[in-house]
Amino acid sequence: MMIPACPLADLPRGEAFRLEIDPPVTVFHTEDGELFAIDDTCTHQDASLADGWVEDCWVECPLHASKFNLKTGEVDAPPAKLPVRTHEVVVDNGMVYVKVSTAAPNLPHCVARKLAGSVT
Amino acid sequence: MRTVAVVGASLAGLSAARSLRKQGYDGRLVVIGDEPHRPYDRPPLSKEFLAGTVGEAELVLEMDDEDLGAEWLLGVRATGLDRTDRAVQLADGREVRADGIVIATGAAARTLPGSEGLAGVHVLRTLDDARALREELAGGGRLVVIGGGFVGAEVASTAYALGLDVTVVEAAPTPLAGPLGETMGAIVSGLHADHGVRLLCGVGVKGLSGERRVDAVLLEDGRSVPADIVVVGVGARPCVEWLEGSGVELDNGVKCGADGRTSLAGVVAVGDCANWYDPRAGAHRRVEHWTGARERPDAAIATLLSWGATEPGVPRPPYFWSDQYGVKIQFAGHAAGADSVTIEEGTADERNVLAVYRRAGEPVAALGMNQPRLFTRWRKQLARTTS
Ligand SMILES: Cc1cc2nc3c(=O)[nH]c(=O)nc-3n(C[C@H](O)[C@H](O)[C@H](O)COP(=O)(O)OP(=O)(O)OC[C@H]3O[C@@H](n4cnc5c(N)ncnc54)[C@H](O)[C@@H]3O)c2cc1C
Ligand code: FES
Repeated sequence: MMIPACPLADLPRGEAFRLEIDPPVTVFHTEDGELFAIDDTCTHQDASLADGWVEDCWVECPLHASKFNLKTGEVDAPPAKLPVRTHEVVVDNGMVYVKVSTAAPNLPHCVARKLAGSVT
Repeated sequence: MRTVAVVGASLAGLSAARSLRKQGYDGRLVVIGDEPHRPYDRPPLSKEFLAGTVGEAELVLEMDDEDLGAEWLLGVRATGLDRTDRAVQLADGREVRADGIVIATGAAARTLPGSEGLAGVHVLRTLDDARALREELAGGGRLVVIGGGFVGAEVASTAYALGLDVTVVEAAPTPLAGPLGETMGAIVSGLHADHGVRLLCGVGVKGLSGERRVDAVLLEDGRSVPADIVVVGVGARPCVEWLEGSGVELDNGVKCGADGRTSLAGVVAVGDCANWYDPRAGAHRRVEHWTGARERPDAAIATLLSWGATEPGVPRPPYFWSDQYGVKIQFAGHAAGADSVTIEEGTADERNVLAVYRRAGEPVAALGMNQPRLFTRWRKQLARTTS
């Protein structure tokens, strides 16, 4: 599924754009000018990686400092232990699109529990 | 270097072991810890674990497939360090000779003298402490928390959510004034009152009453606060007794340089037991926060492996978080040197503030309550500007 995110002109280098889908996905524009999209929710707890600290191609979770690789989704060290999903980014005609992965997301327990609770 | 011994098998020790391997050390690695458990995460002990929403398996700090090629000596305490032999002495009589030694023995909860052996009285530092406290909280009743610092406040918040009747007693006029300053300390500790948790400030604790089990906390002004359970949250002391007489200089923990080196060559210290020189503060600081225990070992291990040939980078300003009553509290920098604090976003009433501390106009610290995005911006800025 290709989802339009935002015009590239609205996403300067160093900024992130959070797509409010379920689960949310964030597009990062790195200082080097690369674009990446990953699941927005940290796999440890309910933190939004769009609020995180981006350096090179890693984003550090704003709460407990696990870092996720924007290219591969891999996590460097606990407290988060699972990678995040990565998604393909396409720029067409000045518009940023995200091709959402069909893999299962690695949502943190607290979020997964909430979701499970709401599906009755 | 052929053998490195890491003493302390928690966050700082594990991070040091990881840093060693990451930085190319392929010799013998011995990790010594006095708790019987593999390294586990402490912050959830006062929060999700105590609340029962996170289990023990989730506390484990190692990755599933992680193998550091280390020998783990668990459940055994280090009792001494012999500088001539370069050996760590263990309580069971064994000795580990090592070329490099990492001190990562952390801190232990302070207790109230005279409370030993009284049932219902707890401290909270270890998994075993948390198991015992969790079991008691499940029975409900009246909880009195002695100490309104972060751990005490988190226990109060968790216990409140579990339905207990909670009172917090704090000797200082304003809780958290040390780390946050008076104004912000008052705002953050206002969370207690928001939820109907009693906060008694500016009064010391004289003692506890009870025969076999505690039944009240006696205050210095003569009042007596009835209690079924008491949690003593009066801070922690660095675990460095085992180093006395070893030649490692001690001063509020292990005194070390900005790169983790101690007064003995080949010995570095990391985590809660280490009193690092902080170039930003221009003084030594013993920082008892998770992120320091996780990050500083990188620098200390670089020092250990090269003994001074590498320049330590300037560490990021100290950072910690706390979760109380559903509010995410984040703090970075040093509040102590500030001459002003202003709320830049949000309001104290809504408990969603982003506050910036300044000294002579320069930002030196930031506090966020439920403001992770703005807080990260400020944290980045502090890392760039304060020196
Ligand atoms: C309940 C609780 C909640 C917390 N919440 C937060 C939070 O929300 N945010 C935050 O930033 N920080 C928090 N912290 C602080 C954080 O957990 C510590 O900063 C961190 O654990 C420090 O790691 P460390 O490895 O230096 O020390 P420790 O975790 O104290 O580990 C030291 C280890 O060494 C062992 N040891 C001690 N002496 C010896 C000896 N002689 N021989 C062998 N082993 C020895 C100890 O038993 C222990 O296992 C919290 C701490 C507690 C207790
Ligand atoms: S919520 Fe991301 S590391 Fe904890």
